Amino acid sequence: MTGFDRRELLLTALAGSSSMLLPGCSQTNAGFTGELLSPSLDVGHRIRDGDLPEPAVTNWQESGVVIVGGGISGLAAAWRLHHAGVDNFTLLELETVIGGTSRCGQSRVSGYPWGAHYVPVPRADNRALWRLLDEMGVAAQNAQGVYSAHEHILCREPHERLFVQGHWAEGLYPHSVATDEDLRQWTSFQERIAHWIDWRDARGTPAFTIPLAGCSADEAVIGLDEVSMGDWMRREGWDSVPLFWWVDYCCRDDYGLTIEQTSAWAGLFYFASRRENSNSVSPGVLTWPEGNGRIVRHLSRVLGSRVNTGQAVLSIQQSDDQTGRVRIVVLDRETKQVRGIRAQQVIFAAPQFLARYLILNRPAGRVADSDQFQYGAWVGANVHLSDRPQEPDFPLSWDNVIHDSPSLGYVVATHQQGIDHGPTVWTWYLPLCDDQPSDARRKLLDLTWEHWAEIVITDLERAHPDARDLVTRVDVMRWGHAMIQARPGFIWSRSRQRAATAEGAIHFAGTDLSGIALMEEAFYHGIRAAEEVLTVRDALFSSFL
Amino acid sequence: MNRAPLFLFYLNVLIIATCGLIYELLAGTLASYLLGDSVTQFSLVIGIYLSALGVGAWLSSFVEEKLARCFIEIELAVALVGGTSAPLLFLAFGYIDWFRPLLYGLVFLIGVLVGLELPLLMRLLKEHVDFSDLVSRVLTFDYIGALLAALLFPILLVPHLGLVRTSLIFGIINALVGLWGTHLLRPLLSPKGLGGLRGRAMLVVGLLVTGIIKADAITTVAEENQLAGTVVHAESSPYQRIVIAENNTGIQLFLNGQLQFNSADEYRYHEALVHPAVASCRNARRILVLGGGDGLAVREILRYATVESVTLVDLDPAMTSLADRFPPLAELTGNALRDSRVTVINQDAFLWIDKDTARFDAVIIDFPDPGSYSVGKLYTSYFFSRLRQRLAPQGVVTIQCSSPLVSPKSYWCVINTLEKSGFRVRPFQATVPTFGVWGFALAAVEDLPSIPQLSPQVSQQLKFLDQRVLDDLFIMPRDLSHVETEINRLNNQVLVRYYDREWSRWQ
Repeated sequence: MTGFDRRELLLTALAGSSSMLLPGCSQTNAGFTGELLSPSLDVGHRIRDGDLPEPAVTNWQESGVVIVGGGISGLAAAWRLHHAGVDNFTLLELETVIGGTSRCGQSRVSGYPWGAHYVPVPRADNRALWRLLDEMGVAAQNAQGVYSAHEHILCREPHERLFVQGHWAEGLYPHSVATDEDLRQWTSFQERIAHWIDWRDARGTPAFTIPLAGCSADEAVIGLDEVSMGDWMRREGWDSVPLFWWVDYCCRDDYGLTIEQTSAWAGLFYFASRRENSNSVSPGVLTWPEGNGRIVRHLSRVLGSRVNTGQAVLSIQQSDDQTGRVRIVVLDRETKQVRGIRAQQVIFAAPQFLARYLILNRPAGRVADSDQFQYGAWVGANVHLSDRPQEPDFPLSWDNVIHDSPSLGYVVATHQQGIDHGPTVWTWYLPLCDDQPSDARRKLLDLTWEHWAEIVITDLERAHPDARDLVTRVDVMRWGHAMIQARPGFIWSRSRQRAATAEGAIHFAGTDLSGIALMEEAFYHGIRAAEEVLTVRDALFSSFL
Repeated sequence: MNRAPLFLFYLNVLIIATCGLIYELLAGTLASYLLGDSVTQFSLVIGIYLSALGVGAWLSSFVEEKLARCFIEIELAVALVGGTSAPLLFLAFGYIDWFRPLLYGLVFLIGVLVGLELPLLMRLLKEHVDFSDLVSRVLTFDYIGALLAALLFPILLVPHLGLVRTSLIFGIINALVGLWGTHLLRPLLSPKGLGGLRGRAMLVVGLLVTGIIKADAITTVAEENQLAGTVVHAESSPYQRIVIAENNTGIQLFLNGQLQFNSADEYRYHEALVHPAVASCRNARRILVLGGGDGLAVREILRYATVESVTLVDLDPAMTSLADRFPPLAELTGNALRDSRVTVINQDAFLWIDKDTARFDAVIIDFPDPGSYSVGKLYTSYFFSRLRQRLAPQGVVTIQCSSPLVSPKSYWCVINTLEKSGFRVRPFQATVPTFGVWGFALAAVEDLPSIPQLSPQVSQQLKFLDQRVLDDLFIMPRDLSHVETEINRLNNQVLVRYYDREWSRWQ
């Protein structure tokens, strides 16, 4: 099989929804190594399949608050409790590392992300997030109390570039293939986005803002959630191929869904939620070499020993006695010891699909609500290079996108450090946009490291013919449930909104409660759930929100 | 055969010989330009070419029939390979690792083909001319052709056409001779396939003509325009292409095709860059130079007896060691980088500035112009705020910031960004004929730096500055007055965009 055939086969197989077929695709003699990684599938699947019979627990401990899950939302909840002076809490994380999809890695050259790698500059009213950034030492208030981020974490120019028709060009819209009519449609689309940025309902609430809890529930806006982005755009009279490509790219990038699978409300949210008015310039994004792993590191430093990793929560049960305690059974994955914790409150900061297996005796309605949550599968690969490929066009940027590819391209870990020469690490992303998420997860597990490494390298070779010789290592992370999917009808469904409400002494956090996988949403739900707990505990506090 | 007068055949010989030698000269010039060390390159190219001629002549004995057709086919092959050789080599140089094998392979191939031509032609003519006459005439025209090429090449072709066009034009001449041959040798050619032969000749001509139309693009890519002077040193480092050219004004250093200095007037630039800063320090002991890997700024710094240490941070080790491989540069710098007071650090200043903790009395910033993002980051408010951490109390900074006349927005963007980063800034300018009016700035954190006073001990060593001239540098003429700009930040890099826009107007 020639390289060309193999590449086409691999990529078309990934792009399509048909099952994977890779006959005789043997690994070429690669000059690089690497690992195939994934979150702890084994423990998760054994809990799902009931393979972990719950042993009799003899060892019971008491705790004030137990936080289940050490992603951004769980860490944010813990951080909020910490700042309210509540110290008798413990955070339990299944994995051996915290951070969820914001986790990061480190090589001799650079730190690098495994998933989430940036945060758009928050709007002024996102006080909680600015407080965190201030505490991290990367933002400061001026005399008027207005926050701004420090220069070195604002994404450095050149920001993004697109490889189209054999050349790299600045920006992500494929200008070089656009006709006058395409540009007219591009302008008219931008005008419509401006309209939605400036739109306010009768009470002055914006149509789109982050966190999305602040978005208007006016029928004129939320009606957009009933159709797909593609249908809505066609209905509005747009049919430009470059415009559709660009919007599709944005949907895949932020939601792991194609333009036809994404809710139009979510599609517009992406474009219209970051700016306060259409006259303001785009505020840019905050980023670090290791991506949002920097935020995780900070929170971990603040929280110290109250964060416990390698702790598999086996069950969570509201007690039927007078104490009102919640009983949690935990397996320590290293010592294999099982212990019980009786907690006054639980913050369930794990995705909803786990609630079904972990929370016992749930009301049927709540289970049905959780079942409405669908998650997309992603692959992220960290490609270590001994040097940069030679290229004559627009220079290597932070975000580098290849037009004719199912992948999202790659971000450069060394970019924000100002390292412009020599070895680097590229983080390559691929959302698996199958109509059935379970099909995508099957693909994810069917392929070996050799397959994935070949997919990654052949994709990079589209734009960098000399990349293969420069690659020293390819580590591939398979995220089975990488992000909640904003398919039509989900974000404004009753199920999503009910899932965020407390269930007895169990409070819910988690990005998926927003229907959109953003760091800010995870952070918001963590703070919100923690403040619910503070209210229940009669603690004195003023809201961060 | 009787149809064509014999002198036409001799003309043919002459053209073939001229073309052959032109290809050889092209390869030799290209090799010494691209690889440096012209003695070795020319001697290798000549050696390979001559031996290949021999191989070609030997091979001609294996051609037994269809001599005329074979002759024309070879003519077309020479036209194609020789004609495309210069553009091909120029383009290949930037993209492949096996450039030398390609270069010598091409020289050998052209040699073999040219070597085949004359023996075949002589065999074609031997029926019609007395053998001793034939040998003497053919060789005479062969050598006249060589002389013609040797004269044309340096006087007319390289200065007026450049290597790429010369190569393509001689390819076309060669192909036209082939086409003409189909008429001259018509009686010896079978009518079968004659059309095809002529078609192929036309195709080769068409291909090379397309090349000429595209020559400008090829030349830009290949930076051939540097060849206005003689290239006396050339090398490629992982960071940049370093070329030193020489003409009757002096030696010039080019980095990635950008002129860095001309030895004839560089003292004006470096005196203006260094002395205002060092002279305004009360006690200039520890000096930092950022960029300036040629060592010329350090030469000026070492004129001060108070200086105890000079730290030079330059990305490219090939640049800071260039004087070791190119002695005239060592002479020009007075071996400055070999001075015991000098420490050279090869690192990106952007990364170094955060890692070092030393503080300096004066900082001399001599980065390249902000023509790319990787250089533009060194002129940002972020970098300047880090720079403050490296400055001793009352420390002074001087910086080159492009031409305030050609690129006012770029110049004032640097000044405005320095001010935004907490510096008090005094702009100044000097005229450097090679560059025109050039802009600098003197900056300090506490107070606006005063106009420096040159000590007589230093002043007497200088060629450009005395106190009167130095005072005048700080007078900004009306056409260089202040311009509002955005602040150059890491997340906007407006300076790179200003610079690109302003300089492209002048090109």
